[in-house]
Amino acid sequence: MEHLAMHISNGIINGPVAAIFAVIALAAMALCVQRGRQHLDDRLAPMAGLVAAFIFAVQMINFPIFTAGVSGHLLGGALAALLVGPWVGALCVAVVLTVQALVFGDGGVAMLGLNITNLAIIGTAAAYLLIVALLRVLPRTPAGLAVTAFVSALVSVVVAALGFVVQYKLGGAVDLGDNIAGLAGTIAGTHLLIGVGEGLITAMTVLTVAKTRPDLVYALRARGPIALSPVPAVGGAR
Amino acid sequence: MGAGHSQLLYHCSDSPVHRLPPEVKIAAMVAFTLAVVATPREALWAFGGYAVLVVAVAAVARVRPGWLLRRSLIELPFVLFAFALPFLGVGERTELLGLSVSVDGLYGAWNILAKGTLGVLASLLLAATTTTRDLIIGLDRLRCPQLLTQIATFMLRYLEVLVGEARRMRVARLSRGDDPRFGWQLRGFATGVGALFLRAYERGERVYLAMLSRGYTGRMPQVWQGAEAATPGQWLVASTVPAVAAGVAATALVLT
Repeated sequence: MEHLAMHISNGIINGPVAAIFAVIALAAMALCVQRGRQHLDDRLAPMAGLVAAFIFAVQMINFPIFTAGVSGHLLGGALAALLVGPWVGALCVAVVLTVQALVFGDGGVAMLGLNITNLAIIGTAAAYLLIVALLRVLPRTPAGLAVTAFVSALVSVVVAALGFVVQYKLGGAVDLGDNIAGLAGTIAGTHLLIGVGEGLITAMTVLTVAKTRPDLVYALRARGPIALSPVPAVGGAR
Repeated sequence: MGAGHSQLLYHCSDSPVHRLPPEVKIAAMVAFTLAVVATPREALWAFGGYAVLVVAVAAVARVRPGWLLRRSLIELPFVLFAFALPFLGVGERTELLGLSVSVDGLYGAWNILAKGTLGVLASLLLAATTTTRDLIIGLDRLRCPQLLTQIATFMLRYLEVLVGEARRMRVARLSRGDDPRFGWQLRGFATGVGALFLRAYERGERVYLAMLSRGYTGRMPQVWQGAEAATPGQWLVASTVPAVAAGVAATALVLT
């Protein structure tokens, strides 16, 4: 399996901006650790680990888009927010990013603050806000949950990608002048396509989990399980 | 290390670098990367100095150059981005091979290439000389919050579970007449991803409950942690590389 770097690598954003975002990321992570501790019970601890492992695994699958030049992978923020909640979810994504930076060199260590801000904080926060809003509006059916998962995943990917554009505008290695709009367009366009893939995988995964083990879906805990028709159990002999 | 624990990039060998405690190596790698990133991009010679440091560490750690180079291909998307910069940048322009390119863009491309590559090589050297288990012990000793090390521990543990379940499900599909021809078996993957997640969770839950019933409290027992924490001597040895790098960076900052 070929693994390509898709996180910001060293040297793309200048030092001061990276330092500012490192401070932002550190503060947000501290808050998440504090809030996450209250949530991490016997059900959530293995789930958090599995969500992180799942994100780690799917991030290795690259979506080739049209040509080999442009590719991207899943981010997983929406999946994490749905299954383990925003606080632990953001921590899961941050752990994945940290291990990838330390071990693979995917995303520079000095740029970790930027990557955590985009993918773990902005991505998960955008997804969770959408999830809360959509679950309130949409009918409490499997279709409603699937739409929620799809839309929140799609939007969170695009929003997280645009976080990079803002950071590049603040401290990019090269002043692109008016070309920054072109960069924003390219990034938003490619990530819209990635977002569709991410949305499908997120919806499929969450729907299966919600059907068989609704107690595991964090986003459904507050308002009770959705109405479901009985489905054959997944798994069987192993 | 028992069976079934695949190491992502670990290079099993014995060298002075392998023997250093993990927390020392992590700290040295991060400090080295920060020094590289802080170097002004006009100081071309400084990056040569960093490259010499990386080669020296790789030689001491007995990591083959071919492996390092192949693994650093991971950086490719950003290299492509770097090559676009000279044409997109604004401001003063110059002639290069008959093409009009932006000077600022040229420096920016160099900046990304040099700093990105050095960062990737430093990470790879850490990964090649440290097992993932040791990496987490190192993070734990560097006072990383326990919640994070716990998630990281389970993540690495459940990667195995996930890969194992995926393999079993693939065999099950094949034995029921599925004939995956398409590259990465898009269709089978898409329909099975939810089931894969759930199966892996249920297996992982049993692993977790078994750990709890054997006294797991959120932190791995002392035995698992193996060797003692780093001595001042080991900190001193490992700090030579980032210290030299910091010296180079400081000189470069003064000179430019």
